[in-house]
Amino acid sequence: MTDVTTFERPVADDLEPGPVPGVGQTAPPTVIPNPADTPIGPRRGVRESTLDERFNIIGALLAGPAIATVLFGWLTPLTGPVGWVVIAYLAFIGIYVLLVSLRADREEVKDRVLSVLLISAGVVLFSALVFVVVYTVSRGFEALLHVNFFTQTMQLAGPLDGLDVGGISHAIVGTLIQISIALIITVPLGITTAVFLNEIGGRFARFVRTISDAMTALPSIVAGLFVYAAVIQLITHQRSGFAAALAISVMMLPIMIRASDVVLRLVPGNLREASYALGSTRWHTVWSVVLPTARSGIVTAVILATARGIGETSPVLLTSGITAVMNVNPFEGPMISLPLQVFDFVKSPEPALIVRGFGTAAVLILLVLLLFVIARIIGGKGPGQLSDAQRRRASQRSMDDLQRITTKNYALPAPTPAPIDTEEPTP
Amino acid sequence: MAKRRTFESLTDVHSLLTDKTSVKEPVERVFADEIEGSGVERLDDSPETIGGTTRIRREPANYGAGDRRSLVSTPSRSDSVFKVISFTAGATTVGIMLAVGLFLSVRANDALQVEGINFLFEQQWSPDTHEFGIAAVIFGTFTIAIIAMFVGVPLAVGTALLLSEVVRGPLRGFLVSLVDLMAAVPSVVFGLWGLFFLQANVIPVSKWISTYFSWIPIFAVQDSSTGQTLTEASAFTSSAFIAGIVVGLMVVPTQTSVMREAFSQAPVGEREAAFALGSTRWGMIRTVVLPFGRGGMIGGVMLGLGRALGETIAVYLIISPIFTINWEVLKTGTNSVSALIALRYGEATQFGLSALMAAGLVLFLITLIVNFTASSIVARSRSGAQTN
Repeated sequence: MTDVTTFERPVADDLEPGPVPGVGQTAPPTVIPNPADTPIGPRRGVRESTLDERFNIIGALLAGPAIATVLFGWLTPLTGPVGWVVIAYLAFIGIYVLLVSLRADREEVKDRVLSVLLISAGVVLFSALVFVVVYTVSRGFEALLHVNFFTQTMQLAGPLDGLDVGGISHAIVGTLIQISIALIITVPLGITTAVFLNEIGGRFARFVRTISDAMTALPSIVAGLFVYAAVIQLITHQRSGFAAALAISVMMLPIMIRASDVVLRLVPGNLREASYALGSTRWHTVWSVVLPTARSGIVTAVILATARGIGETSPVLLTSGITAVMNVNPFEGPMISLPLQVFDFVKSPEPALIVRGFGTAAVLILLVLLLFVIARIIGGKGPGQLSDAQRRRASQRSMDDLQRITTKNYALPAPTPAPIDTEEPTP
Repeated sequence: MAKRRTFESLTDVHSLLTDKTSVKEPVERVFADEIEGSGVERLDDSPETIGGTTRIRREPANYGAGDRRSLVSTPSRSDSVFKVISFTAGATTVGIMLAVGLFLSVRANDALQVEGINFLFEQQWSPDTHEFGIAAVIFGTFTIAIIAMFVGVPLAVGTALLLSEVVRGPLRGFLVSLVDLMAAVPSVVFGLWGLFFLQANVIPVSKWISTYFSWIPIFAVQDSSTGQTLTEASAFTSSAFIAGIVVGLMVVPTQTSVMREAFSQAPVGEREAAFALGSTRWGMIRTVVLPFGRGGMIGGVMLGLGRALGETIAVYLIISPIFTINWEVLKTGTNSVSALIALRYGEATQFGLSALMAAGLVLFLITLIVNFTASSIVARSRSGAQTN
């Protein structure tokens, strides 16, 4: 932070008493400075970097690795790529500080170095994350090239078979069935609970919100353990897709509630009030004002919760069981899903199975990516924010309304009033 | 649906008139029938009233000017049903959550009664001989989570500042979406990467650290019986350090998005004030953005910590489980509660399962404390309660 000199307020004693205009004297007139007198300098680009700054960064980028290479190759007994990277980075920072300080004061040096550090953090993080995904896809790419990888099960493929036999269709089907059951459970329950938190309110709603916040802290393996002990051991006595779906539901429900809750909270209060002012009921307000306004946000919430649910491995590990055959009955027998199939494949030392594992992980990533893109296309807008076309249509409609209301030409046939539907919506 | 369209165009008109949607806390609405003892007599729904329109009670003949008129709102049938249904949904949610907690507590009780307070100090895990405790696994859980924080927090803070202060335009939107997307990448993918790529490639790093920094006790790698320094690769392969790096990378996206949210809400007026007083960008960040976003930073870190403590699959794939407290983070062998559950649930007897439940319950309580601390810090901070 630059040193800001604090100005002390002048006390009355320090002020020179100005000439007091006596009787008959007039105070000097106020002079307004003419703006045309001030010279206009060249326009400064506040966001662009000068040649000097660019040279500093390029020079430091070249000098850092060079210094590290010299140290490692000739001058000191340092070895290893890790050490080289560390030394190169430190040398780069040092040289950069030196170059900047030739022309600038300490504050600017600090500012530049911090900017470089922030950009480094970003580069490291994004390259690491992208690398994780690219590595997975590239190692599994070989498996993805085979059509049978998507159409067959592992029932007839032995551990030593090549990639042209066997596939993961049973895991894809299993994932779809499990996530569908979980969605059937969590979507109505989660959204209705979020509506309850926002529209009904009160002390019990606050309690529900606290509990669902607590639930987000539940480790996924503990959710799996709960379903394993409570459902499998006590009721069904066998692992099944339904049990796995229950475990996924326990994980997804709090995510769904919190995300929908945030979206519903953004619905402007005056829309609700307008609806009440028109005499509609609470239920009608929720159904035809609140939910449609927050539609895109709720859909986004559901899709993101789905993406999280699809990728859950640990609850499924305890509850669904592992199988190599197609099973479409969620209540009977083990049913494997994609993440669990990945886990099962890579436990084996066989190269072909490991490639299949990476291929399965790639399919999983692509599925999540697809969901994410859909969520971006649908959502990404707050409630009440319209696209240009929607805004044009809305303004056209309101202009029509205005004309209809203010028109004095009664010769025109009046538009037929909309029938008031008296039937009550069934909740 | 003519009626519906009216409402939609209302919405449209509203958004047409206001650029920004005003965010308001929902107003608490009290309906007369909810006030107990308000002396309101219920009116029966006659068929010609629509919904719950407000009707004025028939006034007595001697109605004076000083008396207040009572406005009685009669909830329509659909309203009552709506209330009951949404209340039921809330109750069901609470029921599910409480069922999980209660069931775990009740089942864990058997094991805890046998072991008592010793459960927290015993390192071994053999429930069938009644010698089991979570000292070693909890220690390992925390080791991995703390290493994850050391790896993750600098990256998360740096990236969050980068996204909120440095990068502009379309690139920023793209990177923000990328961070959000990465938060949804399944943990098994990170586990794969850790198992097949990092384990092999991080050994030189571990060796380098243990060679040059072995004078710090936690970075030493020694044979536990002889005290000799180990240098072969197998001593480094499945360490808490590697698991920590993977878990750290996994929680960074979550932390980054929480922090970025807080940073980008720093008031523009204060930012410009800092610039107007002649501060550099870093000066502005240090005096305006960081103090404002402190709550978001702490909240983000703790949210990530909660995730890191509960992470199962990546840890399970990487570590080689041991049941002793291992202070040397670079050395092969560590453990965590969730990995222990994943490892032992299949062969567990009823009593063994109860012991696993007790371990899971302890983990749940720890993550619960971490989460609630985080949300209370965030809620009390200036950047407000935006953690999701």
